[in-house]
Amino acid sequence: MTNSWTDIKNADLVLVMGGNAAEAHPCGFKWVVEAQQQRKAKLIAVDPRFTRSAAVADYYAPIRVGTDIAFLGGVINYLLSTGKIHLDYVKLNTDATFLTKEGFGFDNGFFSGYNVEKRSYDKSSWGYQLGEDGFVKVDDSLENPLCVFQRMKKHYSRYTPELVSRITGTPKDRFITICEMLAGTSATNKVMTICYALGWTQHSVGSQNIRTMAMIQLLLGNMGRPGGGINALRGHANVQGITDMCAYSEVLSGYLSSPTEADVDRTTYLASRTGKPLRPNQMTFTQNFPKWFTSLSKAYYGNAATVDNGFAYDWFPKRDGAYDVLAMFERMHQGKMNGFICQGFNPLAAVPNKKKLSAALAKLKYLVVMDPLETETSEFWKNYGALNDVDSSKMQTEVFRFPTSCFAEEAGSFTNSSRVITWKEKAVDPPGEAKTDTEIMARLFQKLRAMYSKDGGSLPEPVAALTWPYLNANFPTAVELLREINGKALADVVAPPDPKNPTAPPTVLVKAGEQLPGFAMLRDDGSTSCGNWIYSGCFSQAGNLTARRDNSDPTGLGVFANWGFAWPANRRIIYNRASADKDGKPWDPSRKYLAWNGTSWAGGADVPDMRPDAAPEQGVGAFIMNPEGVARLHAVGMNEGPFPEHYEPFETPVGVNLMCPTNAKAVSNPAARVYKGDLEAFGKKEEFPYAATTYRLTEHFHYWSKHSRSNAITQPAAFVEIGEELAKEKGIKQGDKVKVRSNRGEVIAACVVTKRIKALDVDGKKVHHVGIPIHWGFKGVTQNGYLANSLTPFVGDANSQTPEFKAFLVNIEKV
Amino acid sequence: MTGVISQDVMARSATTTPSPQIRSAVPEVAKLIDESKCIGCKACQVACMNWNDLRDDVGDNVGVYDNPADLTASSWTVMKFYEVEPKAGSLEWLIRKDGCMHCEDPGCLKACPSPGAIVKHANGIVDFVSENCIGCGYCVKGCPFDVPRISQKDNKAYKCTLCSDRVGVGLEPACVKTCPTGAISFGTKADMVSYGEKRSGELKERGFQNAGLYNPQGVGGTHVMYVLKHADQPELVGLPNNPSISPLVSLWKGIAKPLAVAGMIGAVVASFFHYVKVGPIEEKSEDKNDEKEKA
Amino acid sequence: MATKLLQRYNERERMNHWFVVLMFVLAALSGLAFFHPSLFFLTNLFGGGAWARILHPFAGLVMVLSFAGMFIRYWRENVISDSDREWKKHMGEMMRGDKSRMPPVGKYNYGQKLVFWIAALSLAVLLVTGFMFWRPWFAPFFPISLMRVAVLLHSIAAVALIASIIVHVYAAIWVKGTVRAMTRGTVSDEWAKANHPLWREEVNKR
Repeated sequence: MTNSWTDIKNADLVLVMGGNAAEAHPCGFKWVVEAQQQRKAKLIAVDPRFTRSAAVADYYAPIRVGTDIAFLGGVINYLLSTGKIHLDYVKLNTDATFLTKEGFGFDNGFFSGYNVEKRSYDKSSWGYQLGEDGFVKVDDSLENPLCVFQRMKKHYSRYTPELVSRITGTPKDRFITICEMLAGTSATNKVMTICYALGWTQHSVGSQNIRTMAMIQLLLGNMGRPGGGINALRGHANVQGITDMCAYSEVLSGYLSSPTEADVDRTTYLASRTGKPLRPNQMTFTQNFPKWFTSLSKAYYGNAATVDNGFAYDWFPKRDGAYDVLAMFERMHQGKMNGFICQGFNPLAAVPNKKKLSAALAKLKYLVVMDPLETETSEFWKNYGALNDVDSSKMQTEVFRFPTSCFAEEAGSFTNSSRVITWKEKAVDPPGEAKTDTEIMARLFQKLRAMYSKDGGSLPEPVAALTWPYLNANFPTAVELLREINGKALADVVAPPDPKNPTAPPTVLVKAGEQLPGFAMLRDDGSTSCGNWIYSGCFSQAGNLTARRDNSDPTGLGVFANWGFAWPANRRIIYNRASADKDGKPWDPSRKYLAWNGTSWAGGADVPDMRPDAAPEQGVGAFIMNPEGVARLHAVGMNEGPFPEHYEPFETPVGVNLMCPTNAKAVSNPAARVYKGDLEAFGKKEEFPYAATTYRLTEHFHYWSKHSRSNAITQPAAFVEIGEELAKEKGIKQGDKVKVRSNRGEVIAACVVTKRIKALDVDGKKVHHVGIPIHWGFKGVTQNGYLANSLTPFVGDANSQTPEFKAFLVNIEKV
Repeated sequence: MTGVISQDVMARSATTTPSPQIRSAVPEVAKLIDESKCIGCKACQVACMNWNDLRDDVGDNVGVYDNPADLTASSWTVMKFYEVEPKAGSLEWLIRKDGCMHCEDPGCLKACPSPGAIVKHANGIVDFVSENCIGCGYCVKGCPFDVPRISQKDNKAYKCTLCSDRVGVGLEPACVKTCPTGAISFGTKADMVSYGEKRSGELKERGFQNAGLYNPQGVGGTHVMYVLKHADQPELVGLPNNPSISPLVSLWKGIAKPLAVAGMIGAVVASFFHYVKVGPIEEKSEDKNDEKEKA
Repeated sequence: MATKLLQRYNERERMNHWFVVLMFVLAALSGLAFFHPSLFFLTNLFGGGAWARILHPFAGLVMVLSFAGMFIRYWRENVISDSDREWKKHMGEMMRGDKSRMPPVGKYNYGQKLVFWIAALSLAVLLVTGFMFWRPWFAPFFPISLMRVAVLLHSIAAVALIASIIVHVYAAIWVKGTVRAMTRGTVSDEWAKANHPLWREEVNKR
């Protein structure tokens, strides 16, 4: 979330799309209800199903799965063609004025630079024109046809309400009403927030779904403002913490892009990651990248990381390819993986195409499952009849199950969607032989290190030299770990020399051995260590700030500055400089978040996301992480194009991309990675005519809570949902058992026949949806059921590789 | 749970003399359920089962979101989902937390034949006292809202207690505490009525012209009230319009009871006096007896 | 003084009657306990409220079944005939002690027949309605609205039955020499002559 849960109460309009906040985030949803009641805010829900969010919404529109970009692109077209944008904001805070390269273009589904064979883009024609001074050329009038604003206007002019309605199945009048409601927040005193979740990410165009919305929020002037922002509602209690802490391989802690084979040495690595301002006076905060990375190196290797060895850069793993979850299982499926340590993860249930996963797991020599529960993955080899029809005698994989503690059985912190890190104490001891994950990993590490020191091996240093400063080597405590993550001064940290008095003795900012007060103190000379720069400050000399529980809110703006600690720098709304205008006055005086007081930005409701002494006339942009200083409407970093474009899901019930009906190569995301074998496993609309989507129910949490009796009682058995019209066609009645088939597998479950799923008119044809809640499996206290991911396709987003769980094709019949 | 102090019980089933009325200063309490803020998350159901140590059977899916499908002896509150179209083409998914209404004039208490098996506390909470329950099921017939359920295991009647054990020590009911959206409020009856009316007004502004408070006067008002989006059609969410204790039950437990008892006792007494006044019919007429004596 | 005795009820009939009486007492006492709070103490006779609730329907059912035996035996003799109208007309006089204008009756007079039919009818109602809210086995099959009608009818029928039984018992006490018909099985010839002359003639004809 750019903003926070509590900030939602400041919104005038809440859009729930690509998510079902009331269902999947009922606790956080209280702030939506609060906004509705206290601010008379309106709530819009856009979803293929009339969800529990829709039940409390003021306005609802149906949409076909996987067509969000068409819908949102239509909104952009509406805003630009009617001029209902927050123009001053757009000029101040976006790259609308930036000139793009002349060679950039878009034609019939492809942006310039597409390579059909490689299914990828040469991005050299994308991006901005640089002037002689190294800065981007701009056109403040927004009239130059090459400026981002005009490029964007042209690109989205194709998204007419008629075409949007034909693609999405959303009735045109409903679409227009929503456009009008959204456009209303272009006023300076109106702010909209968007709550989305996996309904946007889990698509082959997931990242672009979100980008399209971000563009709308920028055009409406809603980013960085109380009640605004673009808010990803995270799906687990601590999944924000996981991504922050690099529990996946593409990044190191704090979103530092991890080294690849191309980064042959530290200098090369740092050079390609250290930002350089694209406009004058910009903070370009990534200029500090070397400080963050060096401090991380010191946290890893302590005294072994020296200037001479490039702070142990060579000991960092270098990526030689993709290591996302799909790539991992593809590799396993190809038999290129011996062992798999599966910690707090139930891939058999949670990754698409169960059949492929099961076959992949069977090719391992060993599988270690660390989990508090008996997961399906840990028993992938066991025959559970139709639910898991495998031949155990053919399984060679040796499975080890390490019982771990649950969240309440260990101290530590959670980081929620609001980026707020909140400390919790242990409530009870773990049962039986269960141990904390930390202890298991620490013991494993001790064993490995002992083996390396005894037997040597190729490159033992990364293991041998790893710093391990914990009181009990087998049991690092959560406090020790959080202190390490926060970082400390290894030597006195001194202020840079005062230019006015260069010979004066340097001021000591942090004494050696002290905890760091924040990432501003990080140094690239090895004098600081920090396990995660964005968390720096959470456990300073002032103590464990994540354990704070002060729920006072003096400004009434839902800041709660002394509750836990929000990264970065305890800032509750990021880009919050954008809540004030060019002169530093709040756009909306009734929601005064921060303002320039003549000398400083400090003293507002929140920690300013701006150098405190940067006077407005210096023109320092609010989007300090970007070299542009402003937000990107034209984003070169995206793999399928700098402007989001509608592509059909890989399994499309329409079979053609109505945005470019003549280009068969651009039906679905042309830059998405598809593995051999998975392409063949895609179903066609002739055999599988119904659009399907998977989702969670409020009563359950993934494949976890089916082990809990209370949850099982409230939602005991698997079901699928279809509309009354389809039910009638198929002769299916309420509660009948039905079989849902995709090209990869099938599930049998009870059928909920509902008015809440209506057939949509898509390009003159009826499209029916089949809804498939995911929570059942063959372990737990609920009624056993089929794993929903028997059905889902093994393909991911072109940027994040998040699997396309939300849009695929099935057929359905009464059993 | 019975009131720890018996003076707290202001009405008692199958009891013909007044229960203690002295505690007139106890504020009446009420729970207000705001339908427009309810997201149907069932946290209240789970809170209820956890606080009261209830675990219903793990059922099955019968084609609806309602689970368990209905109130049971072990499920004292359940969410009921209604897909309705009050106006053509305008689908609404109304979600109502079902459970005991805690009537001011409780039909269950009126119907119950067992002294003290159902009590009404001074604060308005209607409670079942299991040790006195004989399992006859009359409360089921007395209730205008179809709430009490008799356990198959022990043949005792169960329903929401409004967490009388929590309320008795100054806590809110478990469902109220857990509700994430603040759809359930708890306070004095007066406060809840006024808050409910305020909410109804706000809903009218939001476009629900017929929003209103459901506090049916037919049962003397209730200590569980709803703010309904369509208060003119409570049956949309399975609530009776103008509920009252069934006239059949009123007749049976009202005037019929003393009348019949009086009738039956009267018949015995009348017979006695008849015998004394008129005397028996004997085998022979008196003159025959006289004749015999003469003979 | 040796009196000629007439057989009015045989052994089986008497056993049947008194078995019905026993069941009636159990059912009535347990039923009355639920009917009015002032009578709830009666549940103590059965081991408490729950036991009274459990036993009541069984007592009632057995009562009805055993009454059925009596019904089969006697229903013909209780068919209301024209002569009963005359009896009914002078019933008031009889109550005031003047039997002089009562028409001669057969085995049963109009009052007895009335008691018979009220008992039969109310037992039928009690049986049907009782099943409808017999917990835990049968109640679940009936909707609450129907059960409400059932409990009301059950109460009315019970009160009617009890009232008619009170009349029945009193009549037996009032008309001297009657009780022995059910205790000993015989009545005196005089009793028969005075109260049931037509029946007496019939018996004597046999």
